[in-house]
Amino acid sequence: MAVPALAVRDLQKTYANGVAALKGIELEVAEGDFFALLGPNGAGKSTLIGITTTLVNPSAGWVEVFGHCVQRDRERALALLGVVPQEFNFNQFETPLEILVNQAGFHGIPRKLARERAEKYLRELQLWDKHAVPSRTLSGGMKRRLMIARAMVNEPRLLILDEPTAGVDIEIRRSMWKFVSAINAAGTTVILTTHYLEEAEQLCRNVAIIDRGRIVEHTTVKQLIAKLDVETFVFDAAAELPAALPEIPGVALARVDGSTFEATMGRAHDLNSVFAALTGAGITINSMRNKANRLEELFVRLVEGNKAA
Amino acid sequence: MHASARLHALHTILSREIRRIMRIWGQTLVPPAITMLLYFVIFGNLVGSRIGEMGGMRYIDYIVPGLIMMSVIQNSYGNIVSSFFGSKFGRYVEEMLVSPMPPWVILTGYVLGALARGLMVGAIVLVIAMFFTRIQIHHVWITLSTFVLTATVFALAGFINAVYAKKFDDISIVPTFVLTPLTYLGGVFYSVDLLPDFWEAVSHANPILYMVNAFRYGLLGTTDVDLRIAYAVMVGFTVVLAFVSLRLLTKGVGMRS
Repeated sequence: MAVPALAVRDLQKTYANGVAALKGIELEVAEGDFFALLGPNGAGKSTLIGITTTLVNPSAGWVEVFGHCVQRDRERALALLGVVPQEFNFNQFETPLEILVNQAGFHGIPRKLARERAEKYLRELQLWDKHAVPSRTLSGGMKRRLMIARAMVNEPRLLILDEPTAGVDIEIRRSMWKFVSAINAAGTTVILTTHYLEEAEQLCRNVAIIDRGRIVEHTTVKQLIAKLDVETFVFDAAAELPAALPEIPGVALARVDGSTFEATMGRAHDLNSVFAALTGAGITINSMRNKANRLEELFVRLVEGNKAA
Repeated sequence: MHASARLHALHTILSREIRRIMRIWGQTLVPPAITMLLYFVIFGNLVGSRIGEMGGMRYIDYIVPGLIMMSVIQNSYGNIVSSFFGSKFGRYVEEMLVSPMPPWVILTGYVLGALARGLMVGAIVLVIAMFFTRIQIHHVWITLSTFVLTATVFALAGFINAVYAKKFDDISIVPTFVLTPLTYLGGVFYSVDLLPDFWEAVSHANPILYMVNAFRYGLLGTTDVDLRIAYAVMVGFTVVLAFVSLRLLTKGVGMRS
């Protein structure tokens, strides 16, 4: 049986202030996977990543990276790991080249090879033009890319990205995902946490949703989306809507403004009957779109369900 | 991590520390040079010429080893406390904590960085001293070993200070209220033989006295203390502080949650 890239066993963490951040997490991520770890703020994602990278000490349980326990076999486990944290954690007075060469050095990589790799990843992430400027002068998006380059300099087998695109504009975000997808295609296992759920839907094959220190869902992205039984569409009418919206069996209509309304219906419900009813009521539709990302819908439901439980 | 990888890691930390010292040379190398120049001019030349002799030699000659040690102590301590606390404050200490480097490599790298600054500043002070007097090193190995041990002791002490420090104020308390008084009372400017018996006995509880006098013996061939005790004090402090530092780093005190 193949050794998982990440194995988490009965992981618990209670902080000194009494907050129980993790309550017995069990998780496996297969080698080569592009895995999404989702959860609301304070769910325990960063604590789980912190324990995996040894920045947080667990209260109980353990984490293995390719079979090496990060608590007992720290050196071997960390040699296989690259991490992009949520917050900037590099020396802002150093240049990007210095930051990457130093990080390679911390992994025991000889200086010449460290420099070659630093140049390679800075070029791939379009940062080579800035390799000699103090990193404090970089833009937010450049700093995020710098942290990805830094995490890659030891060419890890497992790359953990903790909300790497927070606050990054769409163009840079897309180029970052292109880079990370290529890394994954080349064999690196990637674990991603993000608040942009459409990213998780587009990029990841498997997903775990963590809430209040527990895994509430652990499945494939496809299976998770298959669970979604209703969808909401937003319709823009060509003219002012009538005072009363038509009644359509199996569809709940809700007015948004004078010419916009939402229609919530089962996934199996055909749209032709909806359009026919709207046309019959004298409503001409100019455009329609999905109201929310599908994964987002599920995510909200799971978290709400966990709250109620 | 195999041995050569550890060596690369160690070299990385040391070269980063040296680059830092050189990048902010206006804060790391110039102030001790100016301070020591003033000491030599005022205490050595102006006041010293009226004091006459101490320990059987000119006063300015007598204070040279103490002033070099004072610079080494303050700068080895200051280098590591500001550098390591800075890395905690800026969170880039995490770069090292998430790497496979063993804690002793991290500690050794920072201590070597502090030694490098101690050596640079010590050399600067020695060069300044040469404008005022002629120094012939009496015992090279005692001079070098005392320098290395003293710088190591205070580098380790600075590291422990940095581990526990939570704000910038916390890294200036020990130098101001502990290091400076102990250094001034550690026989830098006078021989403890001049003190009344009681205060002479009290002075012998000050570890800096042994370091200054061992260094003075290495440079000038004169001392107020037994060299065996001086080495026992320096080695003892080095071992204890290294053990404590390593424990703190391994447990991640002040760095891991």
